[in-house]
Amino acid sequence: MLNYTFDWSIITSGQYFDWLLSGLITTLKLSAISIVLAFLLGLLIAVMRMAHSKTVRWFALAYLEFFRNTPLLVQIFFWYFGSYKILPTFINDWLNETGFEFAAAAIALTIYTSAFIAEDIRSGVLSIPKEQMEAARSAGFSYLRSMQYIILPQAVRITIPPLVNQFLNVAKNSSLAMTIGVMEMTYQARQVESYTFKGFEAFTAATVVYLALSIIITALVNLYNEKVLNVHKAA
Amino acid sequence: MIIFKGVHKWFKTLHVLNNIDLHVTPGEVLVVCGPSGSGKSTLIRTINQLEPINEGTLIVDGMDLSDKKTDINKLRAEIGFVFQQFNLYPHLSVINNITLAPIKIRNIPKKEAEEQAMELLTRVGLAEKRDAYPLQLSGGQQQRVAIARGLAMKPRIMLFDEPTSALDPEMIGEVLEVMKDLARSGMTMVVVTHEMGFAREVAHRVVFMDYGVILEEAPPEDFFMRPQHERAQQFLRQLLTPMQSQ
Repeated sequence: MLNYTFDWSIITSGQYFDWLLSGLITTLKLSAISIVLAFLLGLLIAVMRMAHSKTVRWFALAYLEFFRNTPLLVQIFFWYFGSYKILPTFINDWLNETGFEFAAAAIALTIYTSAFIAEDIRSGVLSIPKEQMEAARSAGFSYLRSMQYIILPQAVRITIPPLVNQFLNVAKNSSLAMTIGVMEMTYQARQVESYTFKGFEAFTAATVVYLALSIIITALVNLYNEKVLNVHKAA
Repeated sequence: MIIFKGVHKWFKTLHVLNNIDLHVTPGEVLVVCGPSGSGKSTLIRTINQLEPINEGTLIVDGMDLSDKKTDINKLRAEIGFVFQQFNLYPHLSVINNITLAPIKIRNIPKKEAEEQAMELLTRVGLAEKRDAYPLQLSGGQQQRVAIARGLAMKPRIMLFDEPTSALDPEMIGEVLEVMKDLARSGMTMVVVTHEMGFAREVAHRVVFMDYGVILEEAPPEDFFMRPQHERAQQFLRQLLTPMQSQ
């Protein structure tokens, strides 16, 4: 006998709706910033991983192994509870003004994800025939320019499916930011539950939002893939 | 224009270039032939340093390749290289394949680079393919685009590494026509090829290599009519009558 009365009205309007909406906006912001930065940082680390200089290669490898092999939650705690002790005062001041929780979560998500993205891009680069590099070098491009104009654009196309996975992981992993008090989607759902005891409704709302977010990210990347990168024409 | 003096190269213990002496003059069309594994591809790839040499002197367009101060990227920009497998950039359209290096390396404005590219495409007979992607083209068309791409940098030397070996027989002619045109226009060319018709028609000199050594060096009429070295005679027999040699 089910003696629980569903009350969906609490999440579709009023104060609790506003909370959930603001949580959604924070989740969107956190995910978008982290995805863009993680991609750029991942590109950089991937190139460093293949650099001629042994020191640079080792640095990139150490970075990868360190951030891939420690839990994201620990990294979030590290940036939130640990980093302010080693950062210069003026950075701390700026961070406190802009919201230290948000910044710590964005930094942790960015760095953690960039390690995975770097490995995906590197395997994409390795799958490009070496003749492409020869053709680029023969034309007079330096190693880095060859990477920039000829190798990476092709590698990123091949890397799109694993990249979509990483982007989805960012959106989902951003829920861990609630542990340091970032008022994102999961945090707000939890909040609504505490005030109303309507846990089913609150977390259903959160679930639907993450699901929708994932589907939208996948659709956007696929659209970019087809319209901008011309994958079908080039394949 | 290109001077080899006592050039040696090894792949591990394999002596792929053995004491090469060769002098290519401006405007000369030199054909390099020889059996596979003879070192002819390695020879042409040393000219733009896709393969560095181990010993000897190699001077290309006045630049000494053994000198560490030589800016290799600058030298390569002056040398067009056409590969056996074309190696067009598959993610770029035909026109962008051709304009990429002129725009990014020579800093030529996009519009001007595109006009030049269209002239070259017209010259190789592919003006209507400007917006196609490489993999939509036949092998012969891809190779003609690759030649146009090389020419877009206004190179002083063009190198061809077996440009027709990966092509279906019916497409070889169209590529050779473009190359013959280029040869007649006075371009300095080094061509590794088995196309003896091409050598006969436009080469000034033919070099025959085997075991990393230049065995014979002669004008085409002498090379084809009176090959001196026994290996060259055997090579020509096999090339001209492939069925009987088996």
